[in-house]
Amino acid sequence: MKLHGIHVPHKKNTAQQQPVRMAPPKTVAIPMSMHIGKPAKPVVRRGDTVKVGTLIAQADGYISAPIHASVSGTVQKMDEITMTNGTKVPCIRIESDGAQTPDESVAPPDVYDLNTFIEAVKNSGSVGLGGAGFPTFVKFVTKDLSVFREVIINAAECEPYITSDTRTMLDRADSIYRGITALKRYLGVKTFIIGIENNKPEAIAKMRGLAAKTEGVTVRVLPAMYPQGGEKVLIYNCTGKIVPRGGLPLDVGAVVINVTTLAFIAEYLETGMPLVEKCITVDGSALQAPKNVIAPIGTSIADLLEAAGGCRTEPAKVLYGGPMMGIAAPLPDSPIMKNTNAIIAMDAKEAAPPKTTSCIGCGACASHCPLRLDPRAVATAYRLDRAEELEKLCVDLCMECGCCSYVCPARRPLVQTNKLSKLMLRQYQNQQKEGNR
Amino acid sequence: MNKWISTVSPHFYTPRNTQKIMLDVILALCPAAVASAVLFGWRTLPVIAVCVGTCVLSEFLFEKLCKRENTISDLSAVVTGLLLAFNLPVTIPLWQAAVGSITAIIVVKQLFGGIGQNFANPAITARIIMLVAFSDEMTKWISPAGFFTDIDAATSATPLAALTKGGALPSYLDLFLGNHGGCLGETCAAALLLGGIYLLIRRVISWHTPVAFIGTVALMSLLCGKDVLAQLLSGGLLLGALFMATDYATTPNSKAGKIVFGVGCGLITVLIRFWGNYPEGVSFSILLMNILTPYIAKLTRPKPLTGRVEK
Repeated sequence: MKLHGIHVPHKKNTAQQQPVRMAPPKTVAIPMSMHIGKPAKPVVRRGDTVKVGTLIAQADGYISAPIHASVSGTVQKMDEITMTNGTKVPCIRIESDGAQTPDESVAPPDVYDLNTFIEAVKNSGSVGLGGAGFPTFVKFVTKDLSVFREVIINAAECEPYITSDTRTMLDRADSIYRGITALKRYLGVKTFIIGIENNKPEAIAKMRGLAAKTEGVTVRVLPAMYPQGGEKVLIYNCTGKIVPRGGLPLDVGAVVINVTTLAFIAEYLETGMPLVEKCITVDGSALQAPKNVIAPIGTSIADLLEAAGGCRTEPAKVLYGGPMMGIAAPLPDSPIMKNTNAIIAMDAKEAAPPKTTSCIGCGACASHCPLRLDPRAVATAYRLDRAEELEKLCVDLCMECGCCSYVCPARRPLVQTNKLSKLMLRQYQNQQKEGNR
Repeated sequence: MNKWISTVSPHFYTPRNTQKIMLDVILALCPAAVASAVLFGWRTLPVIAVCVGTCVLSEFLFEKLCKRENTISDLSAVVTGLLLAFNLPVTIPLWQAAVGSITAIIVVKQLFGGIGQNFANPAITARIIMLVAFSDEMTKWISPAGFFTDIDAATSATPLAALTKGGALPSYLDLFLGNHGGCLGETCAAALLLGGIYLLIRRVISWHTPVAFIGTVALMSLLCGKDVLAQLLSGGLLLGALFMATDYATTPNSKAGKIVFGVGCGLITVLIRFWGNYPEGVSFSILLMNILTPYIAKLTRPKPLTGRVEK
C-alpha cells in the first residue's frame, strides 16, 4: 500500500548557503510557552542581569520545558505577548548588552545512564525542533527499555523553502553522529533509520558516509512527496508500520526525532549550552535575498528580516514555518521561538487569499490525503453538526498537513473545517465521558 | 508597520482550479465538435451555439434572479451546453435545443443548488426529458454527407437500430470515423477517444469508470454473442463513458466506487440495448447510476489509516 501525498514546488533556494550568525538584537522577547504543555514559570525579575544560557524560567509540571536567556543583558520587562493562536502568555523581555557573554553555570552535564540522560535532555530546554514543539525528553521516558525497537531520524524536510535541517546534515554531521552514539548508549537502541527526501543529494551523501562508519544506521532515501516528514507517514515509509489511531510512535516501537534536535542534544551533552538559538531559513517572495540565519530565540521577526538583508517589498503575510503547515505571524515584533525553523515573508501578490468557490465533488481532497480521510464528508458532517459522524470519519487522525486544501480546485478551506471538526469531536467525546460518569 | 494577513494553512495552492478543469473538458470535446461539423454539416454549429448560449444565459439569469453569486466564469455551463448538443440529432429544431438547455441548467442543476450539488448529470437528464417531450425530432437521423449536408435529407437508421432490428451495418472503419447516423457528437469514435486520452493525460478523469463501463459492455456483448466491436463503436457509449460517466458531482470519487459505477452503467446499457424497447441505453444507465451514487460512495469509501486499534 502506498500513502497518498502531493508534489509541491521545492523552492529550496537556501540549500547551498551556510547559515550566518546574526548580531544580537537590541532586545529579545521570550514567551513562556514555546512548547506543547504548561507554560514555563519565570525565575528572574525585572532588572536582573542575565547571560547567554542563564535559566530564566523553569519547567512547570511534567509536560513543560525550561527556558534560558538567549542574550546577555538585563531583564527589561516582564509582560504578556500575543501568540499566533490569539492567546496571551507571559513573556520575558531582555535588553541585550551586545557582548553575548555565556553564563558561568554552562558546563557539560554529568550523564552516565538513561535517567541522567533524560534529565540532561530536560534541562537543555529541548523541544521538537521540526515544528511541533513537543518536549523532547518525554519521548525517552519509559519503564521498559525493550519497547524502543528503532529510532527514526526525521530528515525528510518536506516543506517547501525550508533548508535548516539540510544545513544541519551538511554542517553538523559530527553532532548527528555523536547523537546517535548517545542514543545507542542510553536507550540501548540498535537500529537507526535516517529518512531523507531524494531532493537533497548532498545531505544523502553525507549521511551515507556517516552510516558507513556506524553500525546499525541506514539511510532511507524517500521520494520527494509531501508530507514525507509527517511522523506517521515517515514511520510507515521507513518501517511499514501504522501508528494506531490515538496512539504514539512508541506503540509500534519507534522513536522519531528530528535531525536538528538530535544534533542539538549531542552538542548540549558536549558543551552544556542550552537551547538559546535557532538556525532559521528566511525566504519568500517579499525577501531581497533568501538566507539561513542563526538567530537568538526571542529575536523579533522584523529584526530577523533586517539581519537577512531586508525585504524587496513590504511583506503582506509572514509565516512561522513553511507554506504548507506554517502559521501566520500576527505582528513584526512576534518573536522567533524554539520550534521556529523558517520565516517566510510573502509579498502582496503571493499572500492574496484565494477565492473560494463551490465544491465540484471531484474527490481530489480524499484521493490525496495520506491518512485516507474524506475531507469533503468531514465538512458536510461539520456543517450538519454531527459529531458521531465525525468520529466515524476518524477526523481526529488529521495531521493538518494541508494536502486537501492544496489540491482543491475550488479552494475550499478544508484544513480549517478539519481543525474545527477535530475540536467539535473532542468536545463531544468529553461530553460522552462526563455523561458516563 | 501594519498587522500582517492571518489565514489558516496551507498558504499556497495548486494552480489548477475549477475553471481550468472545465477548460480542459471543453478542449477535449473540440475534436468531436469539429468531426460533427465535418460529418453532419454546418447545422451542427447553430445547434452547439444555441445549447451553449442558452445554458450560459440561463445560469446567468437564474443566479441573478436568486441573488446568487454569478458562476458562469467557471465554464461548467459551457460544458453542459456542449454535452447536451452532442446528444442531439443535427436536425433538432433550435427552439427545442434551447428548451433542453434551460431544463438542464435550471431544473437539473440550479434548482438543486448549482455546480457540484446536482445529483444527476444535467446534459443526460435534459436529453432524456427531450426524448420524451420531442420524441419524433429526437429520433430523426440523417446520413452524414459533409459540411453542406441537407438536413431535409431522407432519414437513415442508426447502427444500433440496425443491430437490433436488422439492416445494413456500416463498416468498422465508418463506425470508427463516425460516418453513420446518430447524435451529432457521439458518432466519431476517433475524435472522442482523442479527447478522452487528453483528459486522462491531464488527470482530469481517471481510467476506472470508462474502462469498467466499456469493458462491461464488451464482455456482455461477447457473452451474448453480439458483434463486440460494433457494440462499442455505435451509439453514445464512448461519449457517455468518457465524458458523462466521469462527471465529478454525480459519480463516486473512490477508485472502487468508480469501478462499481462503470460496471453498473455497462450492465444497464446492455440490458436496454439487447432486451429493451429503446435501441440505446447509455443515457438511462448513467442517470440510474447517478441516483445510486450516494450509496455507492458510502459503501466504497476508503478506510482511514487507523492502524490496529486494540479492543
